[in-house]
Amino acid sequence: MVERTAQIISNERDTDAYFRLVLRAPEIARATQPGQFLHLRIPPLREALLRRPFSIFQANGETVSVLYKTIGKGTDALARMGAGEELSAIGPLGHGFTVPARGGETPLLVAGGYGMAAMYLLAERSPQKGMVFVGGRRRVDILCEAEFRKLGWEVRATTEDGSYGEKGMVTQSLLAELKRDSGKRKLFACGPTAMLKAVAKIADEFKVPAEISMDEHMCCGVGVCLTCVIPVKTASGWEYQRTCTEGPVFDSREVMWEVAR
Amino acid sequence: MKCGMRNGERESPKMNLSVSIGKLTLQNPVMVASGTFGYGAEYARLLDLNQLGAVVVKGIRLSPVRGNPTPRTAEVTSGMLNAIGLQGPGVDGFIEKYWSFLKSLRVPAIINIWGTTVEEYAEVARRFGDLGGVGALELNVSCPNIKEGGAQFGTDPKLLARVVAACRKVTTLPLITKLSPNVTSVVPYALVAEAEGSDALSITNSFPAMAIDIESRRPKLANVTGGLTGPCIKPIAIKLVWDARRAVKIPIIGMGGIQCAADAIEFLLAGANAVAIGTANFYEPQTALAVIAGIQDYLKCHDITDIRELTGAVRLS
Ligand SMILES: Cc1cc2nc3c(=O)[nH]c(=O)nc-3n(C[C@H](O)[C@H](O)[C@H](O)COP(=O)(O)OP(=O)(O)OC[C@H]3O[C@@H](n4cnc5c(N)ncnc54)[C@H](O)[C@@H]3O)c2cc1C
Ligand SMILES: Cc1cc2nc3c(=O)[nH]c(=O)nc-3n(C[C@H](O)[C@H](O)[C@H](O)COP(=O)(O)O)c2cc1C
Ligand code: FES
Repeated sequence: MVERTAQIISNERDTDAYFRLVLRAPEIARATQPGQFLHLRIPPLREALLRRPFSIFQANGETVSVLYKTIGKGTDALARMGAGEELSAIGPLGHGFTVPARGGETPLLVAGGYGMAAMYLLAERSPQKGMVFVGGRRRVDILCEAEFRKLGWEVRATTEDGSYGEKGMVTQSLLAELKRDSGKRKLFACGPTAMLKAVAKIADEFKVPAEISMDEHMCCGVGVCLTCVIPVKTASGWEYQRTCTEGPVFDSREVMWEVAR
Repeated sequence: MKCGMRNGERESPKMNLSVSIGKLTLQNPVMVASGTFGYGAEYARLLDLNQLGAVVVKGIRLSPVRGNPTPRTAEVTSGMLNAIGLQGPGVDGFIEKYWSFLKSLRVPAIINIWGTTVEEYAEVARRFGDLGGVGALELNVSCPNIKEGGAQFGTDPKLLARVVAACRKVTTLPLITKLSPNVTSVVPYALVAEAEGSDALSITNSFPAMAIDIESRRPKLANVTGGLTGPCIKPIAIKLVWDARRAVKIPIIGMGGIQCAADAIEFLLAGANAVAIGTANFYEPQTALAVIAGIQDYLKCHDITDIRELTGAVRLS
C-alpha cells in the first residue's frame, strides 16, 4: 500500500454514465491483486473532503484503471478531469479474491453494474476459465463484456428490461446453470448488496463456496476509522469487521446476513 | 507562509518545538487524534510515525465493544458525521494485539480511555498505569455516540470531578481530560478537571449532529445522530480553546478541523500548547507531517525560537 500522486492518462466515457479512468501509478499497478481497490482524492472537490473508493479494473505495467459510474458530486467531478491532470491515489487496498487454482473448481462470476470491473483481473489471472453472469437494469449497464470474451470466458448477460441478453435477474441465469451442473463450482460476486445476499443464498442451497465483495461507506480506506464495517461470524458469535481491510472480499458463509443491511 | 523559504532552511539548531504535558515531553506539539489513527500500525506504511509529537489511540474500555450498526458515517459540507460507537478490543485485546507495536515507537503513545461507570474509568486507568511505557491517558468523557457513559460524564461537572479524581488516585501517568463541546460553557469543566488533578485538557471532541436523506427521508446514520468533525468545526473549537485558556493554567491540546500548519497555529495563538490532527488523516494521511514542517517555517519566518511563545499569543489590541 502506497500513497502516490498519479497522472491521468485518459478518462473517457464508456457507456452512458460509465467512465474509464487510466492512471499512471507503477508501484500500485505492480502490487495489485484481483478484488483490491484504490482510494482517490478528487481535487476539484473543495467542500467534499473524503476520498472515494474504486475497485481496480485493470493493472498493466505502469498503469491502473478504474471503471466508474457517475452517481454524485465526487464521481461527477472525477468525470470532468482530463488527461495530464493529477490526483492522489492510495492503493492497492483491501483483501481481494482468491485466484482459482489450475484444475480446481470452475469459477462462476456474478456481477452487477461496476462489479464487472471489480472482477476483470480475477478472470485475467485465473488459469481456469469459467463463466460470467452479468446483470443490469438496461443494456448500458452491461460493462466490459467484450474484454471477458477476449479472455475466453463465456458471458451470460441479463437485463431487467430485456433490452439485452435474457430478460430478468442475473441470479435466475446463475440458478439455471447450477441446476444444470453444480459440481466443482465456485462463485465470485460483486454488485449491489441485494444481489450478493441472493448469491449467498444460492451458494448455500447448492453447497458451493462463494467469495463476495462488499461495499460500505469508507472514510480512511486503510483500517483506522471503523466506518466501513459489516457483521462477520466468529467462534463466539459475530463482530463488525472492516471492508477496507479484512474485506472487501469475504467468504459468503462468514457474513451475518441477518444483521447486514 | 508570507515569507519565502528555501529548502533546508527549516532546520535551525536553536528552534525549540518541544512541549510538555505534565511529566511527558513531546518532541513537537503535533499529535494525531483518537479514533482517526487506529492503533498506529495501520498508517505506519504511509508515514514515519516517529516524526509525530505523539500517537493517540482509539478509545478503549475494559471489555470489547461491538460498536454501532451501519451506516456509521456521512459526508457533509466541509466535514463528516460519525457514529462508530467506540468499537474496540477492550484492554486485554488491545494489549495483546497492538501494544508491542506502539511500545516500539520512539514517540509516546497516549491511550484514550472510557467507561460506563466511574469505577470502570479508574480500573482502565490502573491497568494502563501498571502496563508500563504508556505516555499519558486521555479521558474520553465526551463521546456523543454512546448511550450510557461517554458524554454524560462530560456534561455534569460533579460526575466529571469524580472520574478525574478516581483516575488520578490510581495512576501517576499524565492525565488529559478530553472535554465535551456540548455544554453552555466549557469553563466549569475545565476548572473541575484542573482542580481534580488533570495534567492537561483536550479540546474538542466532535459535536452532536444529524443529516437526513431527503429521498428516503431516513437519517443518514443508523444511529440517527453522530459526531460532526472536520474543517467546519474549526472556528467553534478555536473559541472553546480560547475560553478554556483564560480559565486554566494546565496545557491544552487543541483540535477540530486542522488541515494545515496555519490552522494549527491558530489553535496555538488561541491558547493551545499542542494540537491534534483528526479527520484530515482520512483524506490526507501526510497532514500531521506537513503541519510540523509548516510550523517550523512559520517560526523561522517570524524569528520565533520557541514554539511555547505562540501559546495564547493572540493580540487583542
Ligand atoms: C470497495 C469499493 C469499491 C468500489 N468500486 C467501484 C467501482 O469500481 N466503480 C464505481 O463506479 N463505483 C465503485 N464504488 C462505489 C463508489 O465508491 C461510489 O460510487 C462513490 O464513492 C460515490 O461518490 P460520489 O461523491 O459520486 O457520490 P455521493 O453520493 O455524493 O457521495 C457521498 C458520500 O457517500 C459515499 N458513497 C456513495 N455511494 C457509495 C457506495 N456505493 N459505496 C461506498 N461509498 C459510497 C461517497 O464515498 C461519499 O463519501 C466502490 C465502493 C467500494 C466501497
Ligand atoms: C471516526 C472518528 C472516531 C473518533 N473516535 C474517537 C474516540 O474513540 N475517542 C475520542 O476521544 N475521540 C474520538 N474522535 C474525535 C477526535 O479525536 C477529534 O476530537 C475530533 O474528530 C475533532 O478533530 P477533527 O475535526 O480534526 O477530526 C473520533 C473522531 C472521528 C472522526
Ligand atoms: S474505511 Fe476506515 S476502517 Fe475501513
